[in-house]
Amino acid sequence: MMHHIDLSHVLRQTLECDLYSNLVTRPTGAAVRGQIEELLREPSESARALAVIDFSHVSMIDLSCADEVVAKLLLRYAADDSPTQAYFLLRGVSELHEDAIEAVLERHELVAALEHEDGVRLMGTPTADERRAWGVVCDAGSAGAQLDDVATRMGCAAEHAEPVLDALCRRRVMMRIEDRFVAVGVGRGG
Amino acid sequence: MTTVITVPPSLDDHSFEQVLEQVAPLPADAKILLDARHARWASPFGLTALLTLAQTRAERPAFAVPELEDTASYWARAGFFHYAEALYDLHGTYPRRRESAGESNSLLDITPIAKSSDVHDVVGRVQSRAKQIIHSELRLDTKAIIGFTMTLSEICQNILEHAGQGGWVAVQAYRWTKRLGRRVVVIAVCDAGLGFRKSLESSPGHLPTSRWDDAAALEEAVIRGVSRYRDRSRGQGLAGARNYVGRWNGKLSVRSGTARISIVPSWDDDPPLVERLAPFQGSQVQVTIPEAVSGTGQ
Repeated sequence: MMHHIDLSHVLRQTLECDLYSNLVTRPTGAAVRGQIEELLREPSESARALAVIDFSHVSMIDLSCADEVVAKLLLRYAADDSPTQAYFLLRGVSELHEDAIEAVLERHELVAALEHEDGVRLMGTPTADERRAWGVVCDAGSAGAQLDDVATRMGCAAEHAEPVLDALCRRRVMMRIEDRFVAVGVGRGG
Repeated sequence: MTTVITVPPSLDDHSFEQVLEQVAPLPADAKILLDARHARWASPFGLTALLTLAQTRAERPAFAVPELEDTASYWARAGFFHYAEALYDLHGTYPRRRESAGESNSLLDITPIAKSSDVHDVVGRVQSRAKQIIHSELRLDTKAIIGFTMTLSEICQNILEHAGQGGWVAVQAYRWTKRLGRRVVVIAVCDAGLGFRKSLESSPGHLPTSRWDDAAALEEAVIRGVSRYRDRSRGQGLAGARNYVGRWNGKLSVRSGTARISIVPSWDDDPPLVERLAPFQGSQVQVTIPEAVSGTGQ
């Protein structure tokens, strides 16, 4: 199931005020995250949920808010006791938001999938192996890639590639669908 | 008996120390009169610190307003008298009505910060003017505008998170002839709250070091990003401000209690850490971003 979450819309609902288009302050960020989590709790037939977090109409985001909205969301769903199997794609991130998001991802050593004109890229702190594995799986498109194919293209053994791919799944930027790995947002056509 | 405290003609973060030195020997309930009759100019730090000083006094202080019409008019436009009326017994003539700043140097008149929505208001109000001034007058690129607003937001939030009471913010752009000879944009945020030392002491896991004082607390908070919250998420605000001034050749000064710590750029000769200052309750932060040197973009 796919959720498109327009942050400016969530912000207006949260603050009960149409005047604000800036994601600033920690309480605002916590409230926005609460709304996103509520949306992800909605019952669904699918075990997996993809949340497209859309920054397109957000004027700016500060560090505290980015920490609450992006970092704490990823931390919660990457934890062993994650409430649902949710994956995240950041959309509409411009230079107005990039520094704050990058800073909080680095602080918590997190990774996020970011949609841009030419596809999807990773932000934050992926390892070199994770970057390579991500590239290989992205190249495979929406059909995804099997472990052996990824290992071959990475030039390593499957035993080496598998924990790297698992780590990307745990970090909520890659899905394992049966025996295939699919990068979040790839092949969605925007 | 009322003690007269002389306000220097030019009031900024440095000359404000003269005010504090005069106040320091007096008990909090001593009656004081701040004599600003000969004041000619005040930075945003000077004006917000004057309001903050009144909040530290148990006895409502008196205040003699600047005699120079231009000065009084400017202070009125910045919103000083509007708020000072509630904190001081004002003596002298000053413009009663707070006129619109219009095309003045003020990016943000003096504004109280007491709740999260105040930060939203401040950021919203500053955005368009900051864009114009930072881009056109300081000749810095777009990233500097975004960082500026972000820094302003984070410093204001420090009041909400740590002061335990409200504070003040003001933002101005002006030509800083005396020290730099270039235009600058200055954020001043002052509160009379807990201050950094007490805030960090309130952390459950706090263990004071052998040298634990205001200076040590400032080093912990500003340089090492320590917060009273043990959550790893915390302490990013001042770290972000530090990174921002580093990137745009600016200056960050944080005063709390009896110490001041600064991130000092090459154009300034302040010492990085000053101790044994006259005590001043709460925290006072100033961020200064200078105009780009020709052709550098930063």
